[in-house]
Amino acid sequence: MIRVQAQDFDVGAEIDAMAAGNTHIGGIASFVGYVRDLNDGNTVSAITLEHYPGMTERRLNEIEQEAQRRWLLEDALIIHRYGRLEPGDRIVLVVTASAHRQAAFNATMFLMDWLKTEAPFWKLEATGDGEHWVEAREADDIAADKWKQKN
Amino acid sequence: MKLLYFAWVRNKVGIAEENITLPDHVGDIAALLSWLRERNDGFADALSDMTAIRFAVNQEIAALDQPVTDDDEIALFPPMTGG
Repeated sequence: MIRVQAQDFDVGAEIDAMAAGNTHIGGIASFVGYVRDLNDGNTVSAITLEHYPGMTERRLNEIEQEAQRRWLLEDALIIHRYGRLEPGDRIVLVVTASAHRQAAFNATMFLMDWLKTEAPFWKLEATGDGEHWVEAREADDIAADKWKQKN
Repeated sequence: MKLLYFAWVRNKVGIAEENITLPDHVGDIAALLSWLRERNDGFADALSDMTAIRFAVNQEIAALDQPVTDDDEIALFPPMTGG
């Protein structure tokens, strides 16, 4: 399941909801992304996440299906927020459930690596020097490409 | 054709979206970008470095030689930075 929303999410409630009623699940892995107060040496006061409504949902669904294709998952969840967020705010949640831990760990890493480069989001960062758009990082491209070579 | 602009591409061209009718000679993304560049300085600036631009046709990432028609939704944006 994927959700694109402005409002915050409750990590514990999402994990409990995934586990509820599915006793095939042996483990759940999760990753929570937060807004950091420091980026490239600049103090960040806020970021505004813009996205492409329609394409965002489509891409997130495709990325989730790709994870389901590669690993035997009982369930997967991606929640990505948009709008104005401040340091300490949650941005993104990935949760995956599987019978055994390895599939859940790997699928969670894969989903985060692909979200960075394959989902149509852009970040406008507010710092002491004014506002600027966050540039894509080569390290994120390398992390995403790593999964392309494997399959 | 519906055109959408995101992030700094939107800032530079000055609009978020528009509806246009394609000139007869514009048949693919590359020709569309050349035509847009001629419109004004904002478009010329936004589309000057093609390595910095990504494009989607009907919400799917596309290549420069992808054919386009007046029925398509085209989006122009910088490399994506999700997560």
